[in-house]
Amino acid sequence: MSLAKRIIPCLDVTAGRVVKGVNFVGLRDAGDPVEIARRYDRQGADELTFLDITASSDNRDLILPIIEAVAEQVFIPLTVGGGVRKVEDVRRLLHAGADKVGINTTAVTHPQVVEEAAGYFGSQAIVVAIDAKRVSQPGEAPRWEVYTHGGRTATGLDVLAWALAMQTRGAGELLLTSMDRDGTRSGFDLELTRAVSDAVTIPVIASGGVGKLQDLADGILLGRADAVLAASIFHFGEHTVGEAKQLMRDQGIEVRL
Amino acid sequence: MCSKITLLDYGMGNLLNVARAFEHCGADVTITEDASLALAAERLVVPGVGAFRDCISELASRGFDEVIHRFVATERPFLGICVGMQMLFEGSEEFGEHRGLGILEGRVRGIPSRNTQNIQQRVPQIGWNYLIPAEGCEHWRGGVLEGLEAKRAAVYFVHSYAAVPSDPSIRLADTLYGGHRLCAAVQQANVMATQFHPERSGKVGLSILRSFIQI
Repeated sequence: MSLAKRIIPCLDVTAGRVVKGVNFVGLRDAGDPVEIARRYDRQGADELTFLDITASSDNRDLILPIIEAVAEQVFIPLTVGGGVRKVEDVRRLLHAGADKVGINTTAVTHPQVVEEAAGYFGSQAIVVAIDAKRVSQPGEAPRWEVYTHGGRTATGLDVLAWALAMQTRGAGELLLTSMDRDGTRSGFDLELTRAVSDAVTIPVIASGGVGKLQDLADGILLGRADAVLAASIFHFGEHTVGEAKQLMRDQGIEVRL
Repeated sequence: MCSKITLLDYGMGNLLNVARAFEHCGADVTITEDASLALAAERLVVPGVGAFRDCISELASRGFDEVIHRFVATERPFLGICVGMQMLFEGSEEFGEHRGLGILEGRVRGIPSRNTQNIQQRVPQIGWNYLIPAEGCEHWRGGVLEGLEAKRAAVYFVHSYAAVPSDPSIRLADTLYGGHRLCAAVQQANVMATQFHPERSGKVGLSILRSFIQI
């Protein structure tokens, strides 16, 4: 009976609606955000993450009414990420009802935004999202590079060094996504998850690649993550959060049931 | 009968989420920056997010330290949440020594960086953890934790520091983190406070807010 490991469904939002992406092509409307949030809450989700995938910054503000509507009805922590460029963006998302704000590309281009936001709103409100791509050759010691702009831009930054740098800048938590595994349903990159989890002292959320319930348990047991994030296995009705928690508990993982 | 809740706005809380949760529980919520409205409140709630020193200095710069002292003396129900709880104590060691309101005796200290097996642990504590009765606390009747089942009720924590009350009798509930007991909830007469976020703690949290509006 101690701090529970968290399961976090991730919802993609664009143009004011929640959508389901199928391997990044063919976005389908997934229905009312409040209804979806309520469903995951009922299933026992420990937090919800909303990812603003709106391409045009003109539409950026459309996520605010969604967050407000969800925050009025669902009383678990909400994280919102995507397109955060300034401390002012963080303030507006928190004001709309987010508890935490995810910062990814801007953390690389303007790391002082992480520091300023953490200083002003507290580290607990700042999640730095890291998109990691394995760059070592087979047989070499594993090495991962940080990518930005939705995985399109290489930065030359080493993931482990970057994770530590972000902890120093005041990140309260890391959302670590394996680009190699994302969308493959072949499980987390456990070596990556473990390496980052062991390197930092702030919580790590594993993301990218979940295809079956055991992957979630492995992220905790083998990757040493504090929380696991998944989208498709929950969205498509294959599994509920409750089933995931039952399986995790059967393997000795502390979960909130 | 609709309970009236007043939230003190001093620029440092997630006020809207607290307001929404109380409204969901049927309360009539006012958010105010006005000292006289806060003083006249039926029930006053002070949330707090961020660093102790920033919260306490924002509070003091508006003269709300005095308001809280005077409100507490009215014996009407008061609720502090997270840093809103920590500020009630005499001081905090977060970013150097900072004085608190001194309404509750004790200090705010960092969560130990090592667990009781001397292995490094995560700080901050982020996530759901269970409420257990504080040592010597025999029941939760009559307070905000009324009706909750010890060791079964999990609530949402996000913190790097925790209060250490000098008077163990004000301690209602603790939570275990790396084997250490951290103070999770206190009550001293009309002053109630939680380290965790009831407004983010699902059904359990809403039950706590409902209990507060019925006290």
